[in-house]
Amino acid sequence: MGILTSVSTWLIPCFLLLVLITATWKQVSTYEVFVEGGKEGVKMAFSLLPFLVGMIVSISILRSSGALEAFTNLITPFLVFIGIPPEIIPLALVRPISGTAALGMTTELIATNGPDSFIGRLASTMQGSTDTTLYILTVYFGAVGIKKMGYALKVGLLADLIGILASIIVVSIIFG
Amino acid sequence: MVNIIWAGMAVIGIIYAMFNGTMDQVNKAVFESADEAVTLSIGLISVLVFWLGIMRVAEKAGILRVLTRLLRPIISKLFPDIPKDHPAMGYILSNFTANIFGLGNAATPMGIKAMEQMKQLSGNDTASRSMITFLALNTSSLTIIPTMVISIRMQYNSLAPTEIVGTTIIATVISSLSAILIDRFFYYKSTWRK
Repeated sequence: MGILTSVSTWLIPCFLLLVLITATWKQVSTYEVFVEGGKEGVKMAFSLLPFLVGMIVSISILRSSGALEAFTNLITPFLVFIGIPPEIIPLALVRPISGTAALGMTTELIATNGPDSFIGRLASTMQGSTDTTLYILTVYFGAVGIKKMGYALKVGLLADLIGILASIIVVSIIFG
Repeated sequence: MVNIIWAGMAVIGIIYAMFNGTMDQVNKAVFESADEAVTLSIGLISVLVFWLGIMRVAEKAGILRVLTRLLRPIISKLFPDIPKDHPAMGYILSNFTANIFGLGNAATPMGIKAMEQMKQLSGNDTASRSMITFLALNTSSLTIIPTMVISIRMQYNSLAPTEIVGTTIIATVISSLSAILIDRFFYYKSTWRK
């Protein structure tokens, strides 16, 4: 596993090395091309701003009003009935909606239950194996101006559900 | 769909707050979260500028083309409506690679470039088949090395911070394969209707 983590620290610097050496060898004017590409990033960040403000405000209204928590409490008995540990339910529900909230919950679950407990391992796996669907749709569709999302949201949320169930099953089997 | 969800979350929250005395928190949340969103967008500038700059250099140096050619057989099966040598392929591959190694910050700019290219191919403001496949894979997460989670586990003195890499990989593979299948299912369903 040590190899895996060092791969991810080495990857970016090595990629930069490869890009810069190849580009110089091919006589690309590296710095000028970099700046030209970078300018696009500034524009992009500003065009994303209203999309993010809109989505994040709406999510935080839902969360701060207590409605999200009430909904979680409402469906908890059902989820416990089908074998989902109650501690993990808020994380499972928030994971597709808000990345920062989910990361906060994962940290809290790890802090209170211990990183090597069943819940700690489950929260870690769940956090790592799913992503914030709503954020991804907002950013990617927002950045290029897609107005009709088609069936994208359905696909994203169903994939989240399967990812969450898969984490529970896999962690139960491996760490039981 | 997104309009209903967006408005719905806020409407439900405000109405719930009316009956549960949480209006204060809602009021505060509106302004604080708007602030938080701006901070997030500004924070994205550094990442976007750096990676879009580097990717432009990589593109000019022909690296994206080589990458595309190497992995084309797999990717063209996933995205049948993108022409084989189209630049979108290179960006999709870079996005997947960055995601696999848990480099979410580098993945986003490349993903946006990929979306831009796919939009040029489709030429309208409706999500195309390949865009949805691409997003489905992104939302299901392709992470093999969850760097963020590992560092949180280290902070809380885990005896084996990386022991969850195995379970994460298995769960990720299951959710990504399901994402592809669900995406295909909805795609064919949408074509039957026509």
